[in-house]
Amino acid sequence: MQKYILRRVLLAIPALIGLTIIIFLVMRILPGDVLTVMFGEEGTLQLSEEDRQRIIASLGLDKPIYLQYVDWLKDIVTLKLGQSFWRSHTVMDLILNRGPITLEIAILSVILSWVIGLPVGILAAMKRNSALDYAGRFFSILFLAIPNFWLGTVIVLTLVLTLEWKAPLGVINIWEDPWQNLQIVWGPALVLGVGQAAYVCRMSRSALLETIHEDYIRTARAKGLAERLVIMRHALRNAIMPVITLSGVLLGFLIGGSVAVEQAFGVPGLGRTLVAAFFERDYVVIQNLVLLYGVVFVFVNLVVDISYAWIDPRIRYS
Amino acid sequence: MAQVNPATTTGAEGEVLVQEEVRAPQGWWWVIIHFSQRNPMGAVSGVMIIVIVAIAVLAPWVATHHPTQEADFRALREEPSAAHWMGTDDIGRDLYSRVIHGARISLFVALVAVVVGDFLGAAWGVAAGYIGGRFDIYSQRFLELMMSFPTLILAMILVLAMGAGVWTVIVAIGITRIPIAVRVIRSVTLSVKEYAYVDAAQAIGASSSRVMIKHIAPQCVAPWLVLATAHLGSVIILEASLGFLGVGVPLPTATWGNMLGGPVAAGLIPRWWMVIFPGLAITVTVLAFNLFGDSIRDALDPKLRGRT
Repeated sequence: MQKYILRRVLLAIPALIGLTIIIFLVMRILPGDVLTVMFGEEGTLQLSEEDRQRIIASLGLDKPIYLQYVDWLKDIVTLKLGQSFWRSHTVMDLILNRGPITLEIAILSVILSWVIGLPVGILAAMKRNSALDYAGRFFSILFLAIPNFWLGTVIVLTLVLTLEWKAPLGVINIWEDPWQNLQIVWGPALVLGVGQAAYVCRMSRSALLETIHEDYIRTARAKGLAERLVIMRHALRNAIMPVITLSGVLLGFLIGGSVAVEQAFGVPGLGRTLVAAFFERDYVVIQNLVLLYGVVFVFVNLVVDISYAWIDPRIRYS
Repeated sequence: MAQVNPATTTGAEGEVLVQEEVRAPQGWWWVIIHFSQRNPMGAVSGVMIIVIVAIAVLAPWVATHHPTQEADFRALREEPSAAHWMGTDDIGRDLYSRVIHGARISLFVALVAVVVGDFLGAAWGVAAGYIGGRFDIYSQRFLELMMSFPTLILAMILVLAMGAGVWTVIVAIGITRIPIAVRVIRSVTLSVKEYAYVDAAQAIGASSSRVMIKHIAPQCVAPWLVLATAHLGSVIILEASLGFLGVGVPLPTATWGNMLGGPVAAGLIPRWWMVIFPGLAITVTVLAFNLFGDSIRDALDPKLRGRT
């Protein structure tokens, strides 16, 4: 097991380097020069030659391109991650300030998706074509079709119109004021969690239906085991694998999806910071935040792979 | 089940034909009727899709107002009424007409992005699976990198890099489809490659490109259709999310995402009709595509056929 973990961790390193190369290349093929992107056509024309040089130098764009890349790598390794152009924060400040809320939303919604999705999926597979099965399928299909940012907007609007309730403004972390913090994160977590529960329910149902047809399940039933034990001890252990993979994929998807939901709820998480950076064309912030999203995804996949090997010992030896 | 189309059984070619017809009846009508009987949801969603597509194509005639240029400044933020069926927005444009025209953009973007992106991905997947070796390993590594970015964020930075516009949004969304299509079609190719008839084709000296196009690609059509229909729904949501965040098809074009995002970005509290109708349009459209995709999968995927 240790050897397997070590191998997987080492394999993640070239992936991380690849991420930096892709982001760097995409950020450099921006049409026109960076100044036009940041200030717009007219804004650029109004800049004096001196200002132009100064801004280019402050962004490090006067150096040869490979040096720019090396500089960025240095920033990453020293965890400085560069300076926001418009604000006095470094990108690291932004991440430490805004990151915890997004992380909280992500973790809460994954827990919620398992708590809702798994039992419904299992019951639906056990009692196929029952009313519960149809209800589960109906809701999971429905929630796959509802855009999460729309659901968020509807919830916010309903609360404002009926209860005149709005979530507290500003960044309030859980260690500062748990109650206020919960009021900020519950909305996005609920919307994302319910949306993901639809995937979890669907996947656990179909995975369980697939394993139920295996020979060893027939054997378990034939020796007179109670149906509940057949499902819990034998079928679920194999059926849970695709659900775990799915949750890993979803967590990555969710970090991206939370961008739109954070915007809908006006929650000051990382996603909203990224959207703001897009509008301000805050080059350095975009570059580093996108890297962070990629790194988190690689890390989540690593954890999923390792937990996979832990549940199914066959994988370790292949 | 064994419905036989009478028109074809009495065909001019006699008994042999009749026997074949009983085993595998032909004709589009038969396929459609048979599909509808086994998948009533598929039939219903199919009709929904036809209606939505018709509305999108005929938008200028279905709409009552112009989506962007007809702003009635005496009717700002008005509730739904006989004159404005879904009310008006912040600057007095008719919401109903904007929702109808939004269908046009959404479906166009989704269709082109999915067809092109998934087609490129499929071609890549067949090549990677069949050729294998270094090419396969390197392309796998590269695609894994692409998939390390959440779809929405990948699309966002691609739009940023290419500049705003309908076509850049299409290209950005299409690119997000490629890795998924490669993965699915590559795995199909890997299993098809092992069949005896592929060995036979190679043995009689067929070139690699011939084997890929004539013998492998046809086996990939069914999974590709399942994949593409499933992608249509998710791509419509992706396009709407980009619009909602203000990085999609640029204003003043009426898209469902733009309509929802406008007030939120401006910090205004939108009126209920400005939120409900565009969102319902997205939900109904995506629902139709997802249901249809599910039925297509049930009909085409032999592993699940007859079981669900």
